[in-house]
Amino acid sequence: MSVNVRPSRIAVHIALILYAMLAVGPIVLILINAFKTRRAIFADPLGFPDARTFTTIGFDRVFANSDFGLYFLNSLTVTVVSLGLIVLIGAMAAWALTEYRFRGNTILSLYLAIGIMVPIRLGSVSILRMMVELDLVNTLTALILVYVAQGLPLAILILGEFIQQIPKDLRDAARCDGVSEYRIFGSIILPLIRPAIATVAVFTMVPIWNDLWFPLILAPGGGKQTVTLGVQQFIGQYVTDWNAVLASLTLAIAPVLVLYLLFSRYLVRGLTAGAVK
Amino acid sequence: MAEVSLHGIAKSFGATEILRDIDLSVEDGEFVVFVGPSGCGKSTLLRIIAGLETVSAGEIRIGGRRVNEMQPAERKIAMVFQSYALYPHMSVYKNMAFGLKFAKTNKAEVDRRVRQAADALKLSALLDRKPRELSGGQRQRVAIGRAIVREPSVFLFDEPLSNLDAALRVNTRLEIAKLHRDLGATMIYVTHDQVEAMTLASKIVVLNQGRIEQVGAPLELYRRPRNLFVAGFIGSPRMNFIKGQVRSATEKDAVIAFAGSEAVIEGDPGRLKSGDDVTIGFRPEHMASAGPGATVLEGRVDAVEHLGEASLVYMTLPTGEDLIVRASGEDPVKSGDRFAAHVPVSALHVFDEAGQSVRIRNEGL
Repeated sequence: MSVNVRPSRIAVHIALILYAMLAVGPIVLILINAFKTRRAIFADPLGFPDARTFTTIGFDRVFANSDFGLYFLNSLTVTVVSLGLIVLIGAMAAWALTEYRFRGNTILSLYLAIGIMVPIRLGSVSILRMMVELDLVNTLTALILVYVAQGLPLAILILGEFIQQIPKDLRDAARCDGVSEYRIFGSIILPLIRPAIATVAVFTMVPIWNDLWFPLILAPGGGKQTVTLGVQQFIGQYVTDWNAVLASLTLAIAPVLVLYLLFSRYLVRGLTAGAVK
Repeated sequence: MAEVSLHGIAKSFGATEILRDIDLSVEDGEFVVFVGPSGCGKSTLLRIIAGLETVSAGEIRIGGRRVNEMQPAERKIAMVFQSYALYPHMSVYKNMAFGLKFAKTNKAEVDRRVRQAADALKLSALLDRKPRELSGGQRQRVAIGRAIVREPSVFLFDEPLSNLDAALRVNTRLEIAKLHRDLGATMIYVTHDQVEAMTLASKIVVLNQGRIEQVGAPLELYRRPRNLFVAGFIGSPRMNFIKGQVRSATEKDAVIAFAGSEAVIEGDPGRLKSGDDVTIGFRPEHMASAGPGATVLEGRVDAVEHLGEASLVYMTLPTGEDLIVRASGEDPVKSGDRFAAHVPVSALHVFDEAGQSVRIRNEGL
């Protein structure tokens, strides 16, 4: 039996495998070295931990020497609350911008598009000044506000595209059924854009979770540090506790990985739905 | 009671005028069909009645109440869409019950109505399915069921059969006719298919370029079209039109010359004067291959379509004008033949230069 495989397909798969290795490589490196002794990390960075080199000292030190649990909770709170707000406000704004014709509709859409093109970090100084005035420095609220502003433009763009694909007749049918506009949004639009919401969730969640910049300038102390900031305490100017750094990074990867696996089914559908149509 | 009346309705989208001066009254229990070519504004008019579009001018009354400012649900209408517009993430049962949930109907009553409608539409076995698991015909029945359970006083249909195949279309057409008989509700139906209009309507409204061309019973429109547009739109294949001229017009009769022949039409020619240019219309099915007292038009056959019981003969007259004749299916005529079509005087429609019909004979229809 001969299997007919076109050469072009093989090439595509080789490219994909190479890219996957490139992307996964650093993560694997972190994972395997997190469970090795300091000596083994430097002697054989690519080797798997064996009976001789295996240790959990990094994890022990992370839990013993720092408020890692607190940082973790901070990260989780900031990410989850920001995500919830972005999805909710984003979906509602996208619905309003695509469904209703009102004065300033186009201007508002353009304004939001600019938000995608201009990185929010350019405004760091003003944001910091504003947070100082509002007395929000070293609070999670400051981070959440910034992340919501950062995530909304793209969320509105993606969700708007999806909402536009929902047939207009559906909304009209619901209106004939006597369903209120809020109900139409909640009972018809939201369930139908679930794949898009998953896409938006993943796209906005990862940068928020991984961000170092804003935690560093807006909430560097007062027990409001996030995980990425917490890791930094093990990296010193003269001595770096690699066991602890790798262990805390391993812990930091876990929640993103879990959420990604949960959403990935929708994510693939969400990404392709827009492309095929 | 749910009569619907429209007074001076006009609608513009920006500078584009979609509808103007629409006056219409629909009696309670009537089945009215809006028909016209695409872009004539018939769907917009239906959506205006539904409350999905606002009007630029005019007043809409349903059951004697002014409803201009009312939401669709308050107007007690239900609409069936061409695309079915079923909620894809809900089961058939939920699709039908969805609207009732918000109308504060109690659970038992909702259940009773949904099951009753499902029974009537043969959907009982499908209540737990999702719309994507249904065929086109079943989806359309669910859409109709969703309208029925609301017990509206006016049903609105927006080209409900356009997405169905030919056989299913005939079936569903009959079901809609039966539904109208059983419920006795007022129904307004939009289509571009004049066969649907003829078979379903108790009253047809012919629309063209945002205006009502004629309102009347199906046979009335067929027999006495008011102008060239209606004459050409109603009937299939469409009516033949030939340029003609009035040779003489007295109080008793008119002589009209067309296609190299003359016809004497008895009756009062009214505003027609000798020398006027006119258009003569006659339907393909009213022409015979031979018969007394008829104008004979001879020409060359370009093509013949055999329908079985009849053949459609496409011919060109020596004057260059094209004709369609519905001949008997037995007729051996084939393309390239010479063919003589006989047009009885009783079949002639006369239209003046403005395209308006001129009644000369008193047919007593």
